Amino acid sequence: MAASSEIREKLRKKRRALQDTLAKNKNEDDIQALVPSARFNMDKQPTAMKEAVGSDEDPGETLRRTLRAQREKRKTKLLEQSFVQDEDVGEVSPTQYNSPNEGPSSRADDSVVFTRPPTGSQRGVSVKSEQPSRSLHLDTFVTRHLQEKLRAARSKGESLQQQETSEDSSEPVSRLQRLKDRDTITRFDREAHPVSSRRHDDPLTLRTRVKFQEQAGRVEKDFPSAEEAYNFFTFNYEPDQPSKPESKSRMRQKHRDGVEEDDRDGNRQEEAEEEEEAEEDEAEEDNQDQNEFQSEEAPLVRNEDDLFVIDHSPQDFVEVRKAEYVGLKMRVQRDRELLFTPSFLTVPTSVKLPENMKPRFLEDEGLYVGQRPAVSMTNENISENRILKMAEGSKWFGDDGKILALPDPIKESSTRPPLFHMDEELDPALQTVYRKTMKSQYANLYIAGATDPEGDYQLDVDVSGLIFSHHPLFSREHVLASRLAQLYDQYLSRQQNNLTGHLTEKLNGLRKALRNMMRIHGEQGSSEALQHRISEYSLEVRNTRQLRDLEQEKDRTLLRSIIKVWKEIKSLREFQKYTNTPFKLFLRRENVDRALDEWEYEGEILKEVLELEAESEEQHQKKLAEYNKQLEDWKLWRKKQKAKRRKKKKKKKGQTQDDTEEEDEEEQDQDETESEDPFEEDPVKPEVPERPGVDSLERWVREKASRIRRKPGEAILIPELSTSGGITGNDQCPRPEIARREDVSRRSLFIKILYNHKEVSRTDSCSLSTDFRVHFGQIFNLKVLNCPHSINLQVFEEIGSSYSLLVQVFVPVPDPSVVTGRAPIEEIEFSSNQHVMFDHEGVGSDVPLSFESDGSNKLTLLTSGKLSCCVSWGVGEEGVPLAPPLSQHPAGAHRGPGHLDAVSYIGASGLYDMKKIGEWAIQSRLDPNDPKNTSIMHLLKVATSGEVTAPDYFRLEHLQEEFNFVSDEEIERSKRFRLLRLRNQEAPEFRNYKFVPLLEREVSDKVFQDYEKRLKEGETIDTRQHLDPHRAVVAKYLQQIQESVINRFILSKHHYQLSDLVIEEEIPSIGILGINLFKLAESKRPLKPERKERKKVTAQNLSDGDIRLLVNVIRAHNIPIRKPQSNKPGQSSQSAIQGSDWYLSQVQVRPFVEVSFQRTVLQTTTADGPNPSWNEELQLPFNAPNGDYSTGSLQSVKDEVFINIFDEVLYETGPSDKSRATSIHTQIEKHWLGSVKIPFSTIYSQSKIDGAFKVNTPAVLLGYSREHGSTSVYDQWRSTQGGTFIRLFITVEPQLMPGESVRQKIKEAEFNSQEDERLLQASEKFEIHAAGGYPDRPCITTVIDLSGKTVFITRYIRPLNPPQEFLDGFPNNPQEATSLVAQYVSLIPSLPDQVSFSATCDLLSTCDQFLTLLAGDEQEHAVLLCNYFLFLGKKAWLIIGTAIPEGPTAYVLTHEQSGYFIWNPSSGQFYEKGDTFCPLQTVGCLVNSDNVWFNIQKNPSPLHTNFDITKAKMWKPFFSRSFSHPGLSSVQPEELVYRQTDKAAAAELQDRVEKILKEKIMEWRPRHPTRWNRYCNTTLKQFLPKLELSRGQNVAEGHRVELQNLLGDYRISGFPLHLPFSEVGPIIEAVHSTGVHNIHSSTVEFALAVYIHPYPNNVLSVWVYLASLVRT
Amino acid sequence: METTSNSSVFLLTVNGQIEGANFPDYDHLYCKYCYVYGHDWAPTTGLEEGITQITSKSSQSHKLIWNFPLETTFKSTNPSGWPQLVVSVYGPDVFGNDVVRGYGATHIPFTPGQHIRTIPMFVPEPTWRLQKFTGWLLGRRPEYTDPKVVAHGEGREGSSCLPFFNELNSCSFHSVG
Repeated sequence: MAASSEIREKLRKKRRALQDTLAKNKNEDDIQALVPSARFNMDKQPTAMKEAVGSDEDPGETLRRTLRAQREKRKTKLLEQSFVQDEDVGEVSPTQYNSPNEGPSSRADDSVVFTRPPTGSQRGVSVKSEQPSRSLHLDTFVTRHLQEKLRAARSKGESLQQQETSEDSSEPVSRLQRLKDRDTITRFDREAHPVSSRRHDDPLTLRTRVKFQEQAGRVEKDFPSAEEAYNFFTFNYEPDQPSKPESKSRMRQKHRDGVEEDDRDGNRQEEAEEEEEAEEDEAEEDNQDQNEFQSEEAPLVRNEDDLFVIDHSPQDFVEVRKAEYVGLKMRVQRDRELLFTPSFLTVPTSVKLPENMKPRFLEDEGLYVGQRPAVSMTNENISENRILKMAEGSKWFGDDGKILALPDPIKESSTRPPLFHMDEELDPALQTVYRKTMKSQYANLYIAGATDPEGDYQLDVDVSGLIFSHHPLFSREHVLASRLAQLYDQYLSRQQNNLTGHLTEKLNGLRKALRNMMRIHGEQGSSEALQHRISEYSLEVRNTRQLRDLEQEKDRTLLRSIIKVWKEIKSLREFQKYTNTPFKLFLRRENVDRALDEWEYEGEILKEVLELEAESEEQHQKKLAEYNKQLEDWKLWRKKQKAKRRKKKKKKKGQTQDDTEEEDEEEQDQDETESEDPFEEDPVKPEVPERPGVDSLERWVREKASRIRRKPGEAILIPELSTSGGITGNDQCPRPEIARREDVSRRSLFIKILYNHKEVSRTDSCSLSTDFRVHFGQIFNLKVLNCPHSINLQVFEEIGSSYSLLVQVFVPVPDPSVVTGRAPIEEIEFSSNQHVMFDHEGVGSDVPLSFESDGSNKLTLLTSGKLSCCVSWGVGEEGVPLAPPLSQHPAGAHRGPGHLDAVSYIGASGLYDMKKIGEWAIQSRLDPNDPKNTSIMHLLKVATSGEVTAPDYFRLEHLQEEFNFVSDEEIERSKRFRLLRLRNQEAPEFRNYKFVPLLEREVSDKVFQDYEKRLKEGETIDTRQHLDPHRAVVAKYLQQIQESVINRFILSKHHYQLSDLVIEEEIPSIGILGINLFKLAESKRPLKPERKERKKVTAQNLSDGDIRLLVNVIRAHNIPIRKPQSNKPGQSSQSAIQGSDWYLSQVQVRPFVEVSFQRTVLQTTTADGPNPSWNEELQLPFNAPNGDYSTGSLQSVKDEVFINIFDEVLYETGPSDKSRATSIHTQIEKHWLGSVKIPFSTIYSQSKIDGAFKVNTPAVLLGYSREHGSTSVYDQWRSTQGGTFIRLFITVEPQLMPGESVRQKIKEAEFNSQEDERLLQASEKFEIHAAGGYPDRPCITTVIDLSGKTVFITRYIRPLNPPQEFLDGFPNNPQEATSLVAQYVSLIPSLPDQVSFSATCDLLSTCDQFLTLLAGDEQEHAVLLCNYFLFLGKKAWLIIGTAIPEGPTAYVLTHEQSGYFIWNPSSGQFYEKGDTFCPLQTVGCLVNSDNVWFNIQKNPSPLHTNFDITKAKMWKPFFSRSFSHPGLSSVQPEELVYRQTDKAAAAELQDRVEKILKEKIMEWRPRHPTRWNRYCNTTLKQFLPKLELSRGQNVAEGHRVELQNLLGDYRISGFPLHLPFSEVGPIIEAVHSTGVHNIHSSTVEFALAVYIHPYPNNVLSVWVYLASLVRT
Repeated sequence: METTSNSSVFLLTVNGQIEGANFPDYDHLYCKYCYVYGHDWAPTTGLEEGITQITSKSSQSHKLIWNFPLETTFKSTNPSGWPQLVVSVYGPDVFGNDVVRGYGATHIPFTPGQHIRTIPMFVPEPTWRLQKFTGWLLGRRPEYTDPKVVAHGEGREGSSCLPFFNELNSCSFHSVG
């Protein structure tokens, strides 16, 4: 402050000096007085103003200054108070002090706004605004002075800035403030006080003063007098700036820059200030000089400057004066001079547009123009006027002469400056305060709330009555009577409208006009326009005539039918001898003047004939013209042809020089017909149109007239219907009629009124009167709180105490203007489709009814009628309607947006409804050009064009954009999104993909490789894998079927039923309920063990290693035993074993079991003997594919459990004599004896498998025999069965949820059927019933064919021919043929549906499909076998049952003399009914082509089942007497066609398989050399065909001997494998599972032979003979 | 939500408790909870399923209080399939059979911080009146095959006759992203 006081001191001195020199002391005093008063005494403001104004010299100027000072002061003051107000000041002050002096400043503002964008700094701008005035005043030499001044100003500025900076550094200016400042600056170009700095108090005083001084100085320079001010403003509008001011402004700019510079290095010290003060003094002197040049008042500034510094007490400066009054007129005048008021008159378009331009309306040109924001006309005009005054104002106008405007003026981004603040620093006034929403008393009512707190509205529902136009209790007479009444009503309404008369009048008028025109035409000659009009008129006449004829005809027929119905009623009344209805029809005759009538009639006909003639003439002319044209064309064409011909002929006949130009036409024609140019069609020569005969026309007209019009002279008939007739009393009626009448009288009706689906009241019940009218006449006043959505009247019919809903009538919600008393009663028609039938005279409803004696011409009548009611808004006590105000009506309130938003208008569900959308589109007058509406318009166009593609999706397109988070291209490009999409589409590779990576870069390309490969492979068939092209094709086809079926499953998987979601007890029958109740009373028996179900595990929380497969190997029977090794008893091994097994005379076999699953191999210990017992549990881990343990994935696991039985054989090796004495080297060999394969899917679906399995043993097992040494009865018996059995128990631990059957769902959901609905229902019922009674017995009545349709199963059974060669082979031995056929069927490879279709779904292909596909499950095998057997003349049935290990399966039952036989179709084996080892466990049902029988016997095992299907107690037939066989045609083909299999191809395949197998075996023995014994190979090869012939039976012994002879020195172990051929994979797998390759003896040799026997249709039987030979 | 750099997952930690329920008609209830989440989610720590103690109403308040803590952390790569807490309440009926009293589900709150969720509870109603009676008698009310179905939309539209009645159950969460 020391510095400032110094300055002050200096300034004071200076001031005194200056005061002397200055002329205007008084003025100076004024200011002296003014400033402090302004600063310190707010209250004295007005006085100060007065003083200022009162000064003689220049009131305007002084006032101006005063204002300035005042504003200054106010600002500082306010700033101290708040920032917000600070901003206001700038805006408020000019308006507050609306004195003429204020003009300049605001004017300056305007000029800035108009001339240049408000980007410039304010100071620069203000300078500019001053320029013109200065340019007026100053001469060129002024520039010099100005430069001086600049220097001075700069130095002064420096000193100022110094102070400023010192202040600034003391208290930093917040950024926020700066921003605000800037805002004000851009808007108000004014004194430009850096408001920011004004916050601080004491440094402010000086600063403001200085600033103010500066400003004041400027002001004074600017406003020397009123004239000058005026000049200034008038010049202000000059567009181009003189160069001089430019330089000046630059100077000013420099000045400012200098100031800023100083600002930057603002840390100057006070010492420096001393120097600067000196400088300043100089500068001030300079300034003074300058000011003297500029104006006399200039020195004032200096004074002012000093003034502020003097610390006088405020009182010293105060001077009280009275306010000066400026007359209103004068003020207005000044205003007018200074202010620009844009006019509000419409600006002519021509002004707004560039010259010589016509306004162009884009909308008219069909381009879309958005809706302009609503602006009032006046405002628009004002702004237009204002804009026009601006430079380049015209660019704001569009081509149509309107201000350019966006459709939506709302900016998308916020223009509010962001608030940068920390939470706690935010001004508490700006904090958002959250208040809870207030709940209004009437929640969701009419939104009345605020305006009308009462808000109770009243709906009056007036139910006056009900008239039935048909009722079930109508008698025939009633039916007719009601029809009569209807017709009569129609007649009356037609009479009233009198369309015929109207049309006749019109026709006459038209004819007259036409005649007149013709006359004029005839007189004046034809003019084009007249002719045109005539033709138009005649067209109109024709149309009108046709319309009239139509109406006349209708009248006539109506009259006729009335009479007809009346006659019918009469005859009916006569016939039944009583009357039910009071209707009577009178026909009033009105006689007419015959002559006149006839004349009119004839005249009419004549006129019509004439017209028709004219028309036909015209038509004829037209045709003729057309004919002529065609003829011309034809002639032209002919000429051309001729010319062509000629040319050709000339060419051709050039040599012969035969001139054939004069050919006659016929020749020509002939030539034409055989013309060489076949492409050119001959136009037919047109025929001359015939002229229609006048006679025929007249005849036609007369006929028509007699049909549709009254005959001339005939009386006019006027029907009159009255209800004056009497009704026959009850005593005279027959019994049924009385019954009917009684029934009628018993009935009564009442109506429930439902408001918004809630019953609010109901009428009294009124009895039905005999004329079927009910009068209620009740008015219900409903006090309404909620918006009315629906008003529903339900008509109930009451008979006795029970009542039933007859019909529902929806009444529209009335408009608020519809008020009780004014609303008419409306008749609302209704009808119901109830089916009612009576045994009395009542005709019933929905029952065919005939009035003809022969029962023809039936009509079906539905209950229908009219309900007269009226819904209106109630009226209050003072006649105030109790309706919601229109604006509050929900429909009315949101009419605007509602119309635009389809969803709110018709509701979301309505979007499905094309009609509603169309209606809406029309109502809301959608702009078809609006791009927003394109989708809807397109949709409507499609919909209205007829081809309605019913949209099965929910349309939200108009919201789509808001949901898009990235562009479509980005979605396409992104791998991650692709992955997500594919997973969502459930593409098989990604269906269970987990953890889609978070980041794009983490998605590797490898992920898609499989998928893309599959897509690519879709087209190509990989033949390499299949060896056989046919099979490759089939496999491909099968895959396609699988895919489509899987897709259906995926669909149906998402289709849930109630039972899928909710476990609910079945409705228990009384019996079960009783038992349960009994159980409640039962005493608890804690010691009685109960089998508890294992806990089932849902798949979600499983992972690898959690699931184990438990295989419990219990025991085996009848394992083949070793044979004593031929004729070499002295073999060491034999003796050794013999020695060890001392308790048996000889070792028979040492079997062990090896279980392999998913490449895990476990084995049991070795047991002894042919009937070993292991009792061991093996646990194998289970891994689901891809770690996915969902049900669907588990179902599709294709892995199989291999259970192999091996014999462990010990051999001594290396019998070197030396070591023999001390040690024995034994070598263990395992010899494969047989295997059992169980697919995992079976285990999974059945959850456990328990039973004795037949082991697949090879037909020949070298070195083993089945004959046992022991001869127990049991074994004896067993051996005859010829099988090895192993008892197993397999399960999965923990128990998995078996896949639920999708079958049911499919039936419900996607898969359609061609079967009769009734049949399907019956079959469903049958199956449910069967499942209910015997849950363990499978029952199938319908199956799904390959196209996914449900087919009744009996359609599959039909005799079909087996390959002819089987029949021919054994003509005398049907038994042989049978087994051959069975074998053939078993050779078709099996492919369980569950595996292929990954769900428990039966797909049954027909036999021809089956033979083409060459793959199918047991059912297909069974069906084929059954059909063959039927063809062979056997009695055969399909058995649907369960078997081991297949689970639910199908077998075939045949009946022969010797009894019943059960055939296993997939193995070709048959069992007698009594066979205990038959794998079939339960018999569910039997199927043949006629019927399905369900087994209702106690014990379902085939052993105990009686197969006599005629016994109703044992077999429940599907088609019985109550539901007869509807004659289902078979889906099977008439006949199967077989192709001979190519033998060469089979041979080739054989070689390939052999090669592959050999390679594989070598591959499996990577560390040992594999030697092949060629000799043995060939021997075995010769052997295989024999095996095929004998089907693997009864050759073992001879074969062994033979082999033994051949290969004497070798110890052979080997066996032939017999397989159906499907692919090479299973063969390899089978060979691998035998473990032959595992013999590691160094001397081992192998032998392998493959034989493929071809059967018709590419059915191949594969034999693989595998042997290992060890040289002994 | 924290993103670890190498494996790129984000973690969602849920701390909270099943506070209590308001079942005006029933008492001695307990509550089971489990989470349902999408393909891209996996729990890393904490219990995925749980069962609370049986709680009884006090004489003053009619609220059942469990205050059973929940604490689970999930990791995920995709907000789709955001975990939902499925709560089912069981309690004895007149005959002492355990029957379900309500199912409900709510999403884990999407924003970090403390949240209190009130879950409306419902049970499927029997299709027929008779079933209602027998169910009452035998203590076998209709139940969902899996409580998790309440977290899915699928199949709801098919179950036309599933009238529900509402009770309230509140859980508070404090989830940390």
